Amino acid sequence: MAAVKPSDYTNQVAVTDEVAEFSPEVMDEIRSYLEKYPPDRSRSALIPLLFVIQRERGYVDNPGVNFLAKFLNLEVTDVWETATFYTMFNMHRVGRHHIQICKTLSCKIMGEPDITDHVCSKLGIKPGETTADGKFTVSLVECLGSCGTAPMMQIGFDYHEDLTVDKVDKILGEFE
Amino acid sequence: MEIKAIGCEPLQLRQVLAKDGHTLKVYRDMGGYSSLKKALGMAPADIIEMVKTSALRGRGGAGFPTGMKWSFVPKDSPKPKYVVCNADESEPGTFKDRYLLERDPHALIEGMVIAGHALGAATGYIYYRGEYNYLIDIMDAALAEARDAGLLGRNILGTGFDMDIFTHTGAGAYICGEETALLSSLEGFRGHPRMKPPFPALEGLYACPTVVNNVETLTAVPEIIEMGAEAWRDLGTEKSGGTKLWSVSGHVKKPGVYELPMGYADMEKFIMEDCGGMLRDDKKLKAVIPGGSSVYIMNTSQILGKKVTLDYEGLVAAGSSVGSGGFIVMDERVDVVESTRNLTEFYKHESCGWCTPCREGTDWLVKIFDRIAAGGGRPEDAQVMLDLCDNMEGRSHCPLADAAAWPIQSAIQRFPEDFKKWLWKNTGSAEGKELTVNA
Repeated sequence: MAAVKPSDYTNQVAVTDEVAEFSPEVMDEIRSYLEKYPPDRSRSALIPLLFVIQRERGYVDNPGVNFLAKFLNLEVTDVWETATFYTMFNMHRVGRHHIQICKTLSCKIMGEPDITDHVCSKLGIKPGETTADGKFTVSLVECLGSCGTAPMMQIGFDYHEDLTVDKVDKILGEFE
Repeated sequence: MEIKAIGCEPLQLRQVLAKDGHTLKVYRDMGGYSSLKKALGMAPADIIEMVKTSALRGRGGAGFPTGMKWSFVPKDSPKPKYVVCNADESEPGTFKDRYLLERDPHALIEGMVIAGHALGAATGYIYYRGEYNYLIDIMDAALAEARDAGLLGRNILGTGFDMDIFTHTGAGAYICGEETALLSSLEGFRGHPRMKPPFPALEGLYACPTVVNNVETLTAVPEIIEMGAEAWRDLGTEKSGGTKLWSVSGHVKKPGVYELPMGYADMEKFIMEDCGGMLRDDKKLKAVIPGGSSVYIMNTSQILGKKVTLDYEGLVAAGSSVGSGGFIVMDERVDVVESTRNLTEFYKHESCGWCTPCREGTDWLVKIFDRIAAGGGRPEDAQVMLDLCDNMEGRSHCPLADAAAWPIQSAIQRFPEDFKKWLWKNTGSAEGKELTVNA
């Protein structure tokens, strides 16, 4: 598969005032986060809600940010300011399955380089790239707290541990 | 992976090792929430006194005495108070909290409600690192069980004490494990640390008195109440009370989470016997980072035959520290220049960018390591790196700059041969040469 760089997916159309809309169910979920914090501290819900935006919109996009600014009574720049700090928020579209391979020391010395090579050659892309069909993105990330079961990767929110090349084949095979 | 207590009965690991230990039923069958009942009948000051006597020290990395931290919260403040659990476990080599959160959520709830009663807090937050998303579902289920059983919410166990606890997620930032950065993040801002003072005990979450404690610190509290402060302390040493979880990874046969009494002797036996010894019998031990990546790396002359005790004082005397208790064991296949480069990349990535010495320093250190790894090492590089570290250490708002400097300083000092091999690559033999000017 040919490689697609993140920039090809960015679709950085001019800044828009469009405000994202969500289904009643998602709106209920969004409102439920406010119950956790004091009424005058609704900004606390920003990070959990950015995850909802990312799930619903595919990534943290401009209309989604506009929605949060309006919903939480913040400036649009306040929302961007927080969103851009955290590595788990994608500012551009990524593959439907985001494969994050841990590259920090314990995983590194327990075989991460072999796992990364295998995943990348299997998908025909390099770390940081997305497959042409938009199915997978591969990223190298810092420690995910799975050092005793190294090497490991996270796909979406799922942990895959004690990885071997065979195990990677099996895991990726399940996405076909 | 092993999960096991050695040299003591499993305390922290009791529910972790039990089948369905995460459910309220099993937790209660094993004696859970009896400490809460006892604690709610005690005066708050007496609970704080107990925690002080127990010599419990913060298990997140800094090792600050927990009872003292609690005693800094003003009793007469009219503001609401908060108990915040730091479940942002991100220190490389550390994964103990993950198992507590997965298999023993009620111990954390019980510990937080006891802390809430001791401090006069009506609200608690558990701040999870974003990647631990699956653990939030487990905790939300446990919190709902506790509310239904009258162990959380209004009028807890009929005593008139009200407290509720909520889960909160981060989104991938190591710095949010620093307590003031965590609070900034919990308020919906970038995870920048704050100026101290004021300390969180006076002005923390929403500028209100707040205590931030690690998961393992809070799950120890019910044990202390149940056993009595002296009995719990005496499991360990006078200054490092109780038991501690150690995460072990790298080149050992049995990596895992081990519960040891504080003061366990000795480090060599722990690695070579308890953890099954070296992963490959034909490869010798070369280096150990005993407390998560942010502590001094140790060489074999500091470990083998030295009877190093595993507690705060013992590891400092041996030339490192307890940190978060994350053991990374490396055999002779590891090049310490490569391993230190790996950790420096980590700190560069995770520096929040607020303080110039940390933001720029970590970036330059990585640039130097990259040049060395590409074959462009120079004899003066070690000294240049140490000078950079000097300009970072102690010169930032939080300890991330220190944490980036320490692995490099100790690696250069303790593994000079690895550095010489790279730095003299283009200038002939390093024989008889000094790696540093002020060594």
